[in-house]
Amino acid sequence: MDQSVITSVHAAGSLRHVRADFPILSQKVHGKDLVFLDSAASAQKPRQVIDCMADTMRTQYANIHRGLYWMSERTTEAYEAVRDQVARFLGAAAREEVVFTRNSTEAINLVAHSYGGLLRPGQVVLVSEMEHHANLVPWQMLRDRTGVELRITPITDDGALDMEALAANLADGKVALVAITHMSNVLGTITDARAIIDMAHAAGAKVLLDGSQLAVHRRVDVQALGADFYVVTGHKLYGPTGIGVLWARRELLEAMPPFLGGGDMISTVSFERSTWANVPHKFEAGTPAIIETIGLGAALAYIESIGFDAIGAHEDALTAYALEALGNVSGLKVIGTAPQRGGVISFTMKDVHPHDIATLLDRNGIAVRAGHHCAEPLMRRLGVTATARASFGIYTTPEEIDLLARTLEQIRGFFV
Amino acid sequence: MAQDDLYRTVVLERAKAPRHAGPLPTATLNGQGSNPLCGDRVQLHAVLDGQGRIEAIRHETRGCAICAASADLMAGRVTGQNRTRVNRLHAELVEAVETGTAPEGLGELAAFAPLHQHRSRRRCALLPWSALIDMLNDDKDR
Ligand SMILES: Cc1ncc(COP(=O)(O)O)c(C=O)c1O
Repeated sequence: MDQSVITSVHAAGSLRHVRADFPILSQKVHGKDLVFLDSAASAQKPRQVIDCMADTMRTQYANIHRGLYWMSERTTEAYEAVRDQVARFLGAAAREEVVFTRNSTEAINLVAHSYGGLLRPGQVVLVSEMEHHANLVPWQMLRDRTGVELRITPITDDGALDMEALAANLADGKVALVAITHMSNVLGTITDARAIIDMAHAAGAKVLLDGSQLAVHRRVDVQALGADFYVVTGHKLYGPTGIGVLWARRELLEAMPPFLGGGDMISTVSFERSTWANVPHKFEAGTPAIIETIGLGAALAYIESIGFDAIGAHEDALTAYALEALGNVSGLKVIGTAPQRGGVISFTMKDVHPHDIATLLDRNGIAVRAGHHCAEPLMRRLGVTATARASFGIYTTPEEIDLLARTLEQIRGFFV
Repeated sequence: MAQDDLYRTVVLERAKAPRHAGPLPTATLNGQGSNPLCGDRVQLHAVLDGQGRIEAIRHETRGCAICAASADLMAGRVTGQNRTRVNRLHAELVEAVETGTAPEGLGELAAFAPLHQHRSRRRCALLPWSALIDMLNDDKDR
């Protein structure tokens, strides 16, 4: 292992201490130490999150917003404090711009339903070839429901967004919304959100960024980006499942009709009609994921305690190291080589099916993903049916990458 | 990792150098099965004799090593067998991959028993068998 990698990785927030925060990392799998390289699918949880959620249930839990008693009011405060935290985390102008959802998927569906419902036939929603199904299928459903056009903007062969094609797709001025990933969960590509937004705005389109992957690795500032909608999902941010976030400009949220109806999202209700609560509550029908939201707060605090400077440096060093180490494995091909990229690496290996790679790695304690990664159209575009994917988190070590590369070399040896 | 329980020699060999792969021009029965999740696809071609026994069978498999080896071992194993016997072998294979213990008489197919630790991969080994059973059932219904 190259000494400079070790130094920069270890300087990044003391890896050993970080790892000690994640109890699951000391588990064994098939009798081997767990090497968890599937954080892009869902990250592991630090004890700060686990303890916070358990403590909430032990000591400070009641339904929120409607209780008139001490316990409910304290829980409401804890829940609403996370809205402030998220607003700071994303650089939002106001806490009212933060809507809690179940995950990114629900956040995108909310926009497709409520904002999409304001669009007219002939208007266009533009997505890219590298979207997760979560940022494709809701728009197909909108198209089928309302007659808006769904346009797909291509990627280049190295897995970057094709900016010339994007400009061409925006040229007729019919695009009302550009919905594009901020970082690909398959290729690792980080898109140039600033440029996309500038181009889209110049063409009169709003922009939704799918930050499910990016927000884990880089600081997001929705105001500096000039974004209109931004979505993140808690379980990839070292937080619990069941909690995600839609951020949107306040005037957009105010113009949008509600998504789900029920308790909490109303102002007044009679048998004849109801009026809606103010944003963001208009979009939060029913009892929310209270404990999970509070857990997300603990996760964001944890991330902030390490800081995105350290996180970014750690992951950049690891990614560069991994690209080199994997590049040396015989027959291995990295899929996605865009210059701007994060710690998600898809690959194929000559003569070995990705599922066999994943199973054989698993039998050695190494967890990677294999399949189409919820991006079937992208797989088709890349001319593969599946890839194996290793993805990194704040707890990933260069030693784990060495082990991955070594084991892959052995696996290849089985098949040739 | 000198040897692996699941990826034993028999599985790797049959995946790399199948003995029963390819088209069968004389086939009177053709079937196929696929797993859209991973893109695995098995095509089967067979001829039955007058007693409904499989006289000849070949497969064309695109997929992982588990699926390819399973198809090839299956083809060897079911030659000369009738529908009842195929169903029984299939049931025994299912038992093996679910419990990790192969019933007596499963022979080389016992190689797939370690799949009990890999729930998501059981389908790979079972896909050729469900394709075969579907093909034989379709023939019976005709
Ligand atoms: C880029 C991207 N978008 C959206 C999602 C969907 O996230 P969730 O399943 O939490 O809604 C994922 C998760 O895999 C993702 O990687």
